[in-house]
Amino acid sequence: MLVTKRLDFEHSTAFQLEDINLSIQKGEIVSLVGPNGSGKSTLLRLMSRLISPKSGEILLVGKAIKSMKTEDVAKKLAMLPQMLDHQLDLTVAELVEFGRYPHRGAYSKLTTEDKKVTQWAIEITKLQSFRNRMLHSLSGGERQRAWIAMAIAQRPEILLLDEPTTFLDISHQLEVMELVKDLNENFGMTVVMVLHDINQAARYSERMIVLKNGKVLYDSTPTDVLRREMFQSVFGIDANIYKESGKTFFTPMKLGKEG
Amino acid sequence: MESAKVNVRTYSAEEGPKQHDRHPLAKRRLIVLVSLSITLILVSLFSLMAGAVSFSISEIWNGLFDSSDTLERRIVWDLRLPRVLIGVVVGMCLASAGAILQGVMRNPLADPGIIGVSSGAGLVAVIIMIIYPTYIALLPLAAFIGALVTALIIYALSWRGGTSVVRIILVGVAINAIIGSFMSALMLLYSDRVQAVLPWLAGGIGGVGWVQFKMIIYYVMIALILALFSIKHIRVLRLGDELAKLLGHHVERSRFFLIVMSTLLAGIAVSVSGLIGFVGLVVPHILRLIIGGDYRYLLPASALGGGLLVVLADTIARSAFNPIELPVGILLAFIGGPFFLYLIQRRRGPVAGH
Ligand SMILES: Nc1ncnc2c1ncn2[C@@H]1O[C@H](COP(=O)(O)OP(=O)(O)O)[C@@H](O)[C@H]1O
Ligand SMILES: [Mg+2]
Repeated sequence: MLVTKRLDFEHSTAFQLEDINLSIQKGEIVSLVGPNGSGKSTLLRLMSRLISPKSGEILLVGKAIKSMKTEDVAKKLAMLPQMLDHQLDLTVAELVEFGRYPHRGAYSKLTTEDKKVTQWAIEITKLQSFRNRMLHSLSGGERQRAWIAMAIAQRPEILLLDEPTTFLDISHQLEVMELVKDLNENFGMTVVMVLHDINQAARYSERMIVLKNGKVLYDSTPTDVLRREMFQSVFGIDANIYKESGKTFFTPMKLGKEG
Repeated sequence: MESAKVNVRTYSAEEGPKQHDRHPLAKRRLIVLVSLSITLILVSLFSLMAGAVSFSISEIWNGLFDSSDTLERRIVWDLRLPRVLIGVVVGMCLASAGAILQGVMRNPLADPGIIGVSSGAGLVAVIIMIIYPTYIALLPLAAFIGALVTALIIYALSWRGGTSVVRIILVGVAINAIIGSFMSALMLLYSDRVQAVLPWLAGGIGGVGWVQFKMIIYYVMIALILALFSIKHIRVLRLGDELAKLLGHHVERSRFFLIVMSTLLAGIAVSVSGLIGFVGLVVPHILRLIIGGDYRYLLPASALGGGLLVVLADTIARSAFNPIELPVGILLAFIGGPFFLYLIQRRRGPVAGH
């Protein structure tokens, strides 16, 4: 679905992404975790072609993303950046309609198909009663769902989400995670998301990728990744690991010595 | 009767936050667009009536539709009508140019006058007028090129993923000063021919007639139709560069198109009316407060509002101080200057942001 080959990128001498080789399979939910500044957003921005790598290449459904047309990338891949402008004076419906943008001719109107997909995106994110509400008048959770609705109105095969739950309270976080799960299970959407909450990442994804200082340190199932050594070396904390109904969780205990 | 009635309101399921079945601004947009159109027509009629000689509606009617050589005909048809029409289109061009420029620069203070785009157009126009008067027919085109080059310079100097308010104003001040010095040099070098361009420089539509109208009308029609295409670009860009790119939009291409559009509109206006400032600032700004920032409505409303403002101001400028005719540019600067200061004052807080 999405493959990165020997990807190198450099913001400055202070930060580089080095030799990133990942292969995201169709139908996966993958979580990207790592400390602040470890390069998670940078990696998503590379994958979505917002920035270009110094060397290496990215394949999207078998094609080099570099030589694809912008609108063709947008038909296959949707991404929600970390910082979104919540002050836009658009209604939810207007925002979601923008998701159809890559599918429309330059100046053509919304087709019935576009309207159907827009409606579907609004329903799946449970925003029917907010259709004509202004974006800035919504609560944080509703707003996040509206952005996701826009992204899925693109009908992407793969969805990249950069910290979709940060700034949300716990019930809205779960709402977003359940939505992601629904999109994955019922609509076959491949999802790569950056999460801060490692327990949520472990619970909702089949695969976790751990970044530190621009390098991939772990790439495996949550059970394999959630280990005391990982918390020591990546986050510098002592952690207790335990299992419940087949899933692995952790509790942070104290700051350990830097690994 | 219960004396201790507990006064707690319970909400049924249908109550609670109000549900809208259409856009919350739909009604307001319609009202604003309709009333702007009607007012524009009424003010234009009033402008035909008012002046050193004032006419009744029926005299206006005769002046417009009876081609025999009467006083009404000569004043209404030959003098006032072209002036009103030019006022309308100049206002439309200036306000649309301002609105588009604000959209592309992501900055509510981006007015062609303030940031120096109009001066750029003006400089090239003056060069044509006093050095190459034989090419006068190309004036709008030349002014457009002057505006475009200036805008690209300003854009290059002030764009940092957006334009900060402070930066764009500073760059504008500098550009205006540099162009002003070129302008003064020209005036001195060609002092014998300067008389002809002075009223034009002050920003007015005092001496205009059908000749000038014919010179610009095709440009105006093309530019205003093209301006409609800019709506889509501005709407997508307003999501932010990243999101626009992620939706498959060609951001750089589109921003270039918008700069071309706004300078074309500004250049056309400058070529016939000289340096009229603030229309592009005041009109979109006020309308944005009333009907919001959706350019599908804001741009047409700005065009109507710009036409209205220039015709109204010109009517006042030429009749209120009878027998002296004030150039409309001076009157507009008189209103627009303080408005501009007020806007800067209001954004005192996060002045560096955009
Ligand atoms: N535009 C940029 N220019 C220079 N350095 C940047 C830029 N964006 C991010 N960085 C640096 O790259 C590193 C990784 O950033 P980022 O990918 O945003 O990390 P994360 O999302 O994991 O917190 C940080 O050290 C950050 O300071
Ligand atoms: Mg980040």
